[in-house]
Amino acid sequence: MELSLFAQIGFALLSAFIMFVYGLLLMSSMARIRARVQGRIGIPLWQPFIDIIKNNAKRTSISHGVMFYLGPVFRLAGGLGTLMFIPMIFGSRYWGNFSFSGDALLVMYFIFFGQLGMALGAGDGGHPYSAIGISRGLAQMTAFEVPFALSVIALAAQHGTLSITELVAAQQNGVLSWNVFANPAATIAAIIAFLGMSMHNPFSVVIAPQEIPIGPPTEYQASFLGMLQTNRAIFNAAKLVLYVNLFFGGATTFVGLVIKTFLLYFINVFVGVAFPRFRTDQSIRFFLGIPALLGLIGIAIAAIVGGAS
Amino acid sequence: MSTSEPRPVAETDREGVIEAMNRIELPELDRKYFCDERPKVVEPYKGIVEKFLNWARSQSLWILGFGTGCGAIELRPLMTARYDMYRYGIQPRPTPRQSSVFIIGGYASVKTMKRIVRSYEQMQNPKFVMGLGSCTVNGGMYWDSYNTINRLDHYIPVDVYVAGCMPRPESLLAGFMKLKQLIRDGKAEGANEYARNFDWYKENQKRIIKDWNMPDYNW
Repeated sequence: MELSLFAQIGFALLSAFIMFVYGLLLMSSMARIRARVQGRIGIPLWQPFIDIIKNNAKRTSISHGVMFYLGPVFRLAGGLGTLMFIPMIFGSRYWGNFSFSGDALLVMYFIFFGQLGMALGAGDGGHPYSAIGISRGLAQMTAFEVPFALSVIALAAQHGTLSITELVAAQQNGVLSWNVFANPAATIAAIIAFLGMSMHNPFSVVIAPQEIPIGPPTEYQASFLGMLQTNRAIFNAAKLVLYVNLFFGGATTFVGLVIKTFLLYFINVFVGVAFPRFRTDQSIRFFLGIPALLGLIGIAIAAIVGGAS
Repeated sequence: MSTSEPRPVAETDREGVIEAMNRIELPELDRKYFCDERPKVVEPYKGIVEKFLNWARSQSLWILGFGTGCGAIELRPLMTARYDMYRYGIQPRPTPRQSSVFIIGGYASVKTMKRIVRSYEQMQNPKFVMGLGSCTVNGGMYWDSYNTINRLDHYIPVDVYVAGCMPRPESLLAGFMKLKQLIRDGKAEGANEYARNFDWYKENQKRIIKDWNMPDYNW
């Protein structure tokens, strides 16, 4: 039975809320793990929630014009848009969100969209450090889009579809049918792109906290910053769900989803605490090197395997 | 002519330069980034709402990472494993727009005072100030120095003083706990106090900052 439109919208909003809470808990728990690596205790689990409440409760805020307002709005729209078109739980008619044939392309666009909107907004803030952060962010983004796009193309070629739901459906015949085993080269390329997307340590020069205050959001304060933090949680969670769907067989229950996304996010921390930071030009060269090559190998594998079946 | 005698011509020139600097108007293009508006008093909410918000504010203190004097050296150990301020919800933040606690680390020279005023005004209400070290209380060992201020709270409102020369990171943490208590009790209303007594603060600031070449109030 199909859900009515209102029920669908209601469940989509509920899934956005769940992902918001889950994303924040994920961020704080990872911050705690990172703190343990450094021999500290780290922030409380609920710290990101309090930060958002505090930022929204600021009594004054400064705007620099219409575009400055719209920057965080576009960013949040990008995060929500990414989430809304990804089926959260495979086979569930409640948590399928607005998945449709061809949503893989739309989601790739939405991942880019938020950053572009942010670039326009932060540029209007007039702070030179915002501009530096944006140019770094967009350059790095363009670079990691290459391996990411190549690996999505590889999957689309292998399974002959651009629908995320169908991609998940193709991975339901046991663990060995997951794309991580069906197409390891594309998966590795995409996971390296994921490291860049999350802006954790080797690729954290975009938000370089000490040299250029914190990159694009330098001028954002109060509820603007609260909105950006909300988006950060939703966007992180959406990307994780997307990756689980694309490469790790999707999730049929919430427990499976939590386990898979937690382990996937853990890759970030694992790499982040072990490696120092790349400069922007280094990270661009890195993404266009071996990860892009792996993406091409992934397409070759897809052509061979997909052609044989 | 001995070198120690003042040179009147050069001195007049300098005065002229300062006066000219004071007369400079902002270009139209840059004007939207600055503001000459006076700060406004924003009354806090009443009852349980404000109590809850104050609790949230006290649990999420973002320090402005601006080391104004030698005391800034005591802030660094707070991030390390030995003191670990993160577990109390205290984090450094690199931009004044997003931070809520301004720590004046030790002596404030007149030149730094100008930057302190600008940074303080860019922070958003509610904001809290912590004076670190004896120099902020009464000048400390710089009491009769020609270029440092003696009492910090003549220039910006201060919530908590941490005395000592230098205070150790433990006492800084104790100061943070005191500040949290004040915020929870609703007594840390420095930003509103600044807005209420704006003219008095400005007068004091202008008395020591001679080359005042910025808007009177820049957010």
